[in-house]
Amino acid sequence: MDLVIRNLRASVAGKPILRGIDLEIRAGSVAALMGPNGSGKSTLANVLMGHPAYAVESGSATLGGVDVLGLPPHERALLGLFLAFQYPVEIPGVTVAKFLKRAVEAREEASARAAGREYGGMDVSAYLRELRAAMDFMGVDRSFINRALNEGFSGGEKKRMEVLQMLMLKPRLALMDETDSGLDIDALKVVAAGANRLRGPDFGALVITHYNRILEHLKPDVVHVMYKGRIVVSGGPELVERLEGEGYDWVREEAAAAPAEIEALAAEASA
Amino acid sequence: MSAPVPAGPVAAVPAAGKPSSVPAAAAAGPVAASSVPIDAPASADPGVGEYQFGFSYPDKSVFRTRKGLDEEVVRAISELKEEPDWMLANRLRALAAFGKKPMPAWGADLSDIDFDEIVYYARPQDRPKGSWDELPEEIRETYRRIGVPEAERKFLAGVGAQYDSEIVYHSIRADLEKKGVIFCSPEVAVKEHPDLVRKYFGTVIPHNDNKFAALNTAVWSGGSFVYVPKGVKVDIPLQAYFRINSESFGQFERTLIIADEGSFVHYIEGCTAPVYATDSLHSAVVEIIALPGSRVRYSTIQNWSSDVYNLVTKRAVAYAGATMEWVDGNIGSKRTMKYPAVFLMGEGAHGEVLSIAFAGKGQEQDTGAKIIHAASNTSSTVTSKSISKDGGVASYRGMVKVGEGLRGIRSRVVCDALIVDPRSTSNTWPTMEVLSDDVAMEHEARVSKIGDEQLFYLQSRGLGEAEASAMIVNGFLDPLVKQLPMEYAVELNRLIELEMEGSVG
Repeated sequence: MDLVIRNLRASVAGKPILRGIDLEIRAGSVAALMGPNGSGKSTLANVLMGHPAYAVESGSATLGGVDVLGLPPHERALLGLFLAFQYPVEIPGVTVAKFLKRAVEAREEASARAAGREYGGMDVSAYLRELRAAMDFMGVDRSFINRALNEGFSGGEKKRMEVLQMLMLKPRLALMDETDSGLDIDALKVVAAGANRLRGPDFGALVITHYNRILEHLKPDVVHVMYKGRIVVSGGPELVERLEGEGYDWVREEAAAAPAEIEALAAEASA
Repeated sequence: MSAPVPAGPVAAVPAAGKPSSVPAAAAAGPVAASSVPIDAPASADPGVGEYQFGFSYPDKSVFRTRKGLDEEVVRAISELKEEPDWMLANRLRALAAFGKKPMPAWGADLSDIDFDEIVYYARPQDRPKGSWDELPEEIRETYRRIGVPEAERKFLAGVGAQYDSEIVYHSIRADLEKKGVIFCSPEVAVKEHPDLVRKYFGTVIPHNDNKFAALNTAVWSGGSFVYVPKGVKVDIPLQAYFRINSESFGQFERTLIIADEGSFVHYIEGCTAPVYATDSLHSAVVEIIALPGSRVRYSTIQNWSSDVYNLVTKRAVAYAGATMEWVDGNIGSKRTMKYPAVFLMGEGAHGEVLSIAFAGKGQEQDTGAKIIHAASNTSSTVTSKSISKDGGVASYRGMVKVGEGLRGIRSRVVCDALIVDPRSTSNTWPTMEVLSDDVAMEHEARVSKIGDEQLFYLQSRGLGEAEASAMIVNGFLDPLVKQLPMEYAVELNRLIELEMEGSVG
């Protein structure tokens, strides 16, 4: 499913963060989203998923032709959107198994409905088989099945759990918000392998990162650079190397070279 | 709202050919006809009832005292139960105390209770087919949705089903009787085990303990009497589903449990069956005597309907080496005030209270625990979890008291509160009175709110807001729910989900 974002503007607590995002992620492709801190990358992910703290001012975002911005978060999820959180929250007392079972069930049911099929209910033993296999693949100990979701997990365990959920829910489009941050190299490889495992014509991803090392394992088809709430540069994987070597200064210069935009930004800021 | 007020059957009385006041006088016997406290007995009239109805359906008679409370009503209740004089005297003494005792000046707002509008005793008649339909739609719908088995539906709809529960009980009793265990109604106990009753009744909770305990002592009806002999371990729980029958109207039930030395018993009350009462006041008294070395666990999940004032006094004494555990779940009612207490009277005694409260729209759950350390080397644990939602008020009110000159006292109190939305309130009022030095006492209180981040996280995985919210609440309760027997844990989770459904956001 294509994700198509047109002139998306969004604010938090009245402060504009996204200032007109135009972005397309083709079905089956993986896009990297890079940019300095504060440029709005996480905001974009949260706005797309429907976080209540963000207000969409204008623009559109469609997934497979459906405008997602008017849907509550769970309906976006049931359409096939997924957000791997930068900081997954702890849900005390709710076990991984119980939570994921409901999530998978809801997704299966929605898929069946979308395809005009009757949903006959979940095959629980198949679910548990799949869950165990996914845990093995992600290097998550099986004892985590009965642990409360994210409670007391290390940073790395939380990130693995995010990708584990992604494997189980099989989204059409995954937003991975700095899933690589704070991971050691082994964990990073596992997380990249998880995403690569889903890769195929039915899976697209927007991978938000500051580092090229995850992109060495998770080869993006395209790279976008965000700055001050807009996509300012887009290109192929070679962009990653340039950013790695030169930093973001040239991006800032390039953005500054467009005086009309700067004026627009200034006008917005004073408005 | 449900069985206790026998409006239908009462209305049918004149059809038997007599004005209701005439058989009332006859049934009341010694009560003067000019001030008949009994409204309408259907079949106790020897001229009609015994002959046409009484014979075939002796337990299906209907009695109901008139509204309000005075000595005649108390005497009538005692008379109907054919009580010995000492119990009547006890009732009358309590009635006097009830009149003198002030309303509690703290806790939930009870100002709407009108004691003159309450019917203090009703002996419900069998409600044959069609009675389920008489219940309000919301109750029917609730049962349908939580899938209460058909047998339980019958139980809650009428007398016949109450016999269902007695059949279960009897099948257990044969087994227990061999071991000398007594499990019966307090009325039966008064008749068959008067020595035990006289020895213990009112010793843990005196007739004038508080206004509502006095009220209960004056008009009590139904409940349970349990005696477990020395050294006997009752390995399956005794289950007393809230019985709304002629022995225990439910509003003023009286329970007395005596665990003799070294014995064990787990008594479960209420539990899976939500209880619905028409009347607006439920005021039970539960007394427990845990003799040396015994262990008693008492579990309740009350799910009264939202118009019930639930004002219950529960207290246990634990002697040397005994353990008393209260597991107390409060889901329903309009106002609840309930603070299960343990008096630790002998060395090595241990008291424990696990308390779960859910305060939804219009509800106030004022619950907690009271622990009195009256002997050295005693320990206590209080764990309270409360949830408030849709403007509900959940309050923990607890007291831990350590007497003078004691050694080796340990106590730990943990209160967790979850506030689901900004309209709702959680309060914590812990009190500690420590008059000894060698005391290790801990108190922790935490209040958390369902965070937008938690909700958003679950929603982002495809769960709707209500389900996400319910999942968080169930997770919050999970550590306590795990301590309940499986079937009750499942039921509690279902009840919470029902409470959470459809009203979020």
